Amino acid sequence: MEGPLYEVFVRSRRGLNHVHVGSLHAADDATAVRHARDVYTRRNEGVSVWVVRADAITASSPDEKDAFFAPSGDKVYRHPTFYDVPDDVPHM
Amino acid sequence: MSAHPARLTPAVALGLHPNGRGRPWGCLRRLVGVATALPEHVTRVTLIPDRSVRNGVVRMSATLETFEEVIARHERVEPRDAMPERYRATLVRQIAQHAHSEIIGMQPEGHWITRAPSLRRKAILLAKVQDEAGHGLYLYSAAETLGVTRADLTQRLLSGAQKYSSIFNYPTLSYADVGTIGWLVDGAAICNQVPLCRTSYGPYGRAMIRICKEESFHQRQGFELLMTMMAGTDEQRAMVQESVDRFWWPALMMFGPPDADSPNTAQSMAWGIKRDTNDDLRQKFVDMTVPQARRLGVTLPDPELRWNDERGHHDFGEPDWAELKAVISGDGPCNAQRLAHRQRAHDDGAWVRAAAASYAARSEQEES
Repeated sequence: MEGPLYEVFVRSRRGLNHVHVGSLHAADDATAVRHARDVYTRRNEGVSVWVVRADAITASSPDEKDAFFAPSGDKVYRHPTFYDVPDDVPHM
Repeated sequence: MSAHPARLTPAVALGLHPNGRGRPWGCLRRLVGVATALPEHVTRVTLIPDRSVRNGVVRMSATLETFEEVIARHERVEPRDAMPERYRATLVRQIAQHAHSEIIGMQPEGHWITRAPSLRRKAILLAKVQDEAGHGLYLYSAAETLGVTRADLTQRLLSGAQKYSSIFNYPTLSYADVGTIGWLVDGAAICNQVPLCRTSYGPYGRAMIRICKEESFHQRQGFELLMTMMAGTDEQRAMVQESVDRFWWPALMMFGPPDADSPNTAQSMAWGIKRDTNDDLRQKFVDMTVPQARRLGVTLPDPELRWNDERGHHDFGEPDWAELKAVISGDGPCNAQRLAHRQRAHDDGAWVRAAAASYAARSEQEES
């Protein structure tokens, strides 16, 4: 049997977030961690691995992407560049 | 169930601990062995629950020797690492205080949302207050990697056991205060926070990076607001000056007591939690702000403020440390009001939490 699908996240070094690198199949959580090491960190790519069962992830829907993220689209005033501060004002 | 993930630390799985290989608890025994040889001030070794592991079993992946090495190399400590209890406790206190400051910090400006003079200013102010809420959440989340819960931290804020920044205990008496807070208060916060992006605890540093990116908008909107008012009527200019007069000294106090009176600073710096002393940051803030004030056309209310060529810095007067002490211990102008408001918001939100929980329970029932 191939087991459930796991998504794999690797921290490449201390101080950085775990980043999604791909997925794999494993019989259980512990095996998934071992497999993740073998599949994704054979060349010292990581100092820490997370695995999470893919069916435990709730995601936004690609079809609704536009509507879902629309609320931040028209709020230009959330960006510092929106504000007129003369160039000769230092440290800003 | 085939294996017992609870008994296999990824560190062992990854072969990082030769001693632990084949013996699931080997590295734990090794850790306990190390703990007996610790310096006196380290009373016990803390194992941090790792949120990444579902069963919630307490784990660790490094010894305290590793902790010292990581600190010595100026690298980041991550949630799985063993760490001295005092390091953990210091971080919980500092991150929680920081998170509480963001949450309480919504109040002084939130006060003006309904009275903003234009739709533009109202949208900006809403966005800014919303950011403060977000910053609070980033920080609570970083604190939770240290084995505390947000609910518990909230309780400690409400009971007065944990503090928040003294600055938010001052009232916002005029709309100019919105600009002054953006310029001076957020400016001081940026001075404090930029070095914290390099703090030794990984999740805290990463939260600070997100926050610093967003703070830039806060400071610039404040300065722009003040510049607009300074280009207006005499009455508006007087309003800005009056606001700056009230906020200048409290802004300087945001950096905390003078170094000589800050007993935790040395240890925090040795651990890389803090990267600069209170007085150094205060000096930096003054040096950055003086030319901005000049450009704005306001006077900073300190007769002793002048450039010192020899030092290469501005000299400035001594803040009223008795006032800081009083405000921190609960006797500021708005302490009671701020906490009462936070408590009220928490109580008023009870039905929302109950409704969400009940909806979730019903959805689960319908699915099964």
